[in-house]
Amino acid sequence: MRYIEQQAVVKRMNGRLIANNIFKYLFLAATLVALVALVILLYRIVSQGMGHLSIEFLTNFASRFPEKAGIKAALVGSLWLMLVVAPTSIILGVGSAIYLEEYAKQNRITTFIRMNISNLAGVPSVVFGLLGLTIFVRAMALGNSILAAGFTMSLLILPVIVVGAQEAIRSVPNELRDASFGMGATKWQTIVKIILPAAIPGILTGSILALSRAIGETAPLIVIGVPVIIQFLPVGVMDTFTALPMQIYDWSSRPQPEFQTVAAAGIMVLMAVLLFMNSIAVIIRNKFDKRY
Amino acid sequence: MRPSVQEMIASSNGKKNKKVIEKIMPVLLFLIASVSVLTSVGIVVTLIVETITFFTRVPFFDFIFGTTWLPFSNKDAQFGILPLIVGTLKVTLIATVVAVPIGISAAIYLSEYASENVRRILKPILEVLAGVPTIVYGFFALTFVTPILQSVFPEIKIFNAISPGIVVGIMIIPMIASLSEDAMSSVPKSIREGALAMGSTKFEVAWKITVPAALSGIIASVVLAVSRAIGETMIVSLAAGSTPRFDGDFTGSIQTMTAYIVQVSKGDAGYGTTIYYSIYAVGFTLFVFTMLMNILAGYVSKRFREEY
Repeated sequence: MRYIEQQAVVKRMNGRLIANNIFKYLFLAATLVALVALVILLYRIVSQGMGHLSIEFLTNFASRFPEKAGIKAALVGSLWLMLVVAPTSIILGVGSAIYLEEYAKQNRITTFIRMNISNLAGVPSVVFGLLGLTIFVRAMALGNSILAAGFTMSLLILPVIVVGAQEAIRSVPNELRDASFGMGATKWQTIVKIILPAAIPGILTGSILALSRAIGETAPLIVIGVPVIIQFLPVGVMDTFTALPMQIYDWSSRPQPEFQTVAAAGIMVLMAVLLFMNSIAVIIRNKFDKRY
Repeated sequence: MRPSVQEMIASSNGKKNKKVIEKIMPVLLFLIASVSVLTSVGIVVTLIVETITFFTRVPFFDFIFGTTWLPFSNKDAQFGILPLIVGTLKVTLIATVVAVPIGISAAIYLSEYASENVRRILKPILEVLAGVPTIVYGFFALTFVTPILQSVFPEIKIFNAISPGIVVGIMIIPMIASLSEDAMSSVPKSIREGALAMGSTKFEVAWKITVPAALSGIIASVVLAVSRAIGETMIVSLAAGSTPRFDGDFTGSIQTMTAYIVQVSKGDAGYGTTIYYSIYAVGFTLFVFTMLMNILAGYVSKRFREEY
């Protein structure tokens, strides 16, 4: 009597090995689909926008004529927006993170704040636009100014910064805190002189990534009522302005095909700004990647 | 010369404001931390208040059961939200069909097959895909995906549900892939090695061991991604058109909830008009949809988590 049918075993094994190989390449192909999509996307935009990209494009204001249309107002407007968003969101985000990690006791209020931050991260950006329109533009009468848009964007990216800063603060080992307390330092001295310096690379990396998200967001700006055609540069935070994604949205939705080229050139500028910020984040992460 | 320790202690004790700072900072930081709570409260309150004003003008049941969305008609404006919901669901459905198989396959490849080096290259690239602004995806949908679809299927219009659906799908692939990969990587190695020792192939380990063990995390990632697709705004505003319709047609212009809010905001709806209040009612509906999805994702990952 034979217990093992040698041929049947080999046959079945071959089948299983073939299935294994097929699926391996299927899974690899799926991963590559995402990469191919990214490559096509970038290639399309560069090949379309390259021809329009020039010094004049960076220094001209918006125009009805595609060949004269430039991105100056939007570029400067986005920088102004960052001048409001960066300090507001980083102070709020890092402050929240310090409270949650260093001071908060494990009670219902803390749990509620944590839960709330993760829920806030799932709210669509267009809804933040409605919040900004109601609170900042109308109730606080800031109008469609840089300040109103900046506050709205700050709240939008707040959850990302809080979570990033929390992780950075948590990764500071407890020995450092204990040593600081042991030397007679107070809690606040420990936070300012020991924990924050150690956590700053992580905090900065997370904040820069969050800020680059704020630069690319369009929907809240549209809802707030940020205009597109601006023929002057803002001089203060209460001024009206326009931003890179608004300008790109306007050009993309125009019917004349020439404006698609202009939109592609605008996207190249936006992506260059994002790439610049991301590489700064990577540099900070690599340079200060201290291990304890 | 540096001060001696005694001098430092003396000068430190001399600072009266030291104690004040120790007392004030926790309170101040608590106030800062409560900004996020205030934001949530602000969102809910503004949406509810303005939506209530909307319902003093438009009957509640006409809104949630109405099948005609005609807000700009001067004589006979109608506010039945179902066409906007149907439009949103069309885009979400296509995005899900595109993103779920690709996203989960990519996650399986990254966690089960890829070597450490390959993963170190592929993961950051997926993150780049996740960092591309949605306006760029919208432009891509309108100027690249739609013309390709039209050349293959001539009946597809310039504005349709399929092209933005596909692109929203591409946008949420990194989210599913990276969250599912995290879930699969946290399945302990010993279980995999046990299965491999029994003679399983890698595919059998992935399909019968890792995926079932990480299922709660995978489902949660899909639910979160779907929620993101529901709330996505710029891709649909650019590529899906602005025709609210209550039917099953994917090839023609549609309108989603988010695209309606953008359309009205762009036209600068007069403050106090019914149309102005309608964006809050639509926004509130959108908020409820995404909030339910987010709560569901949290529930799934908590309730069905396997502990090792």
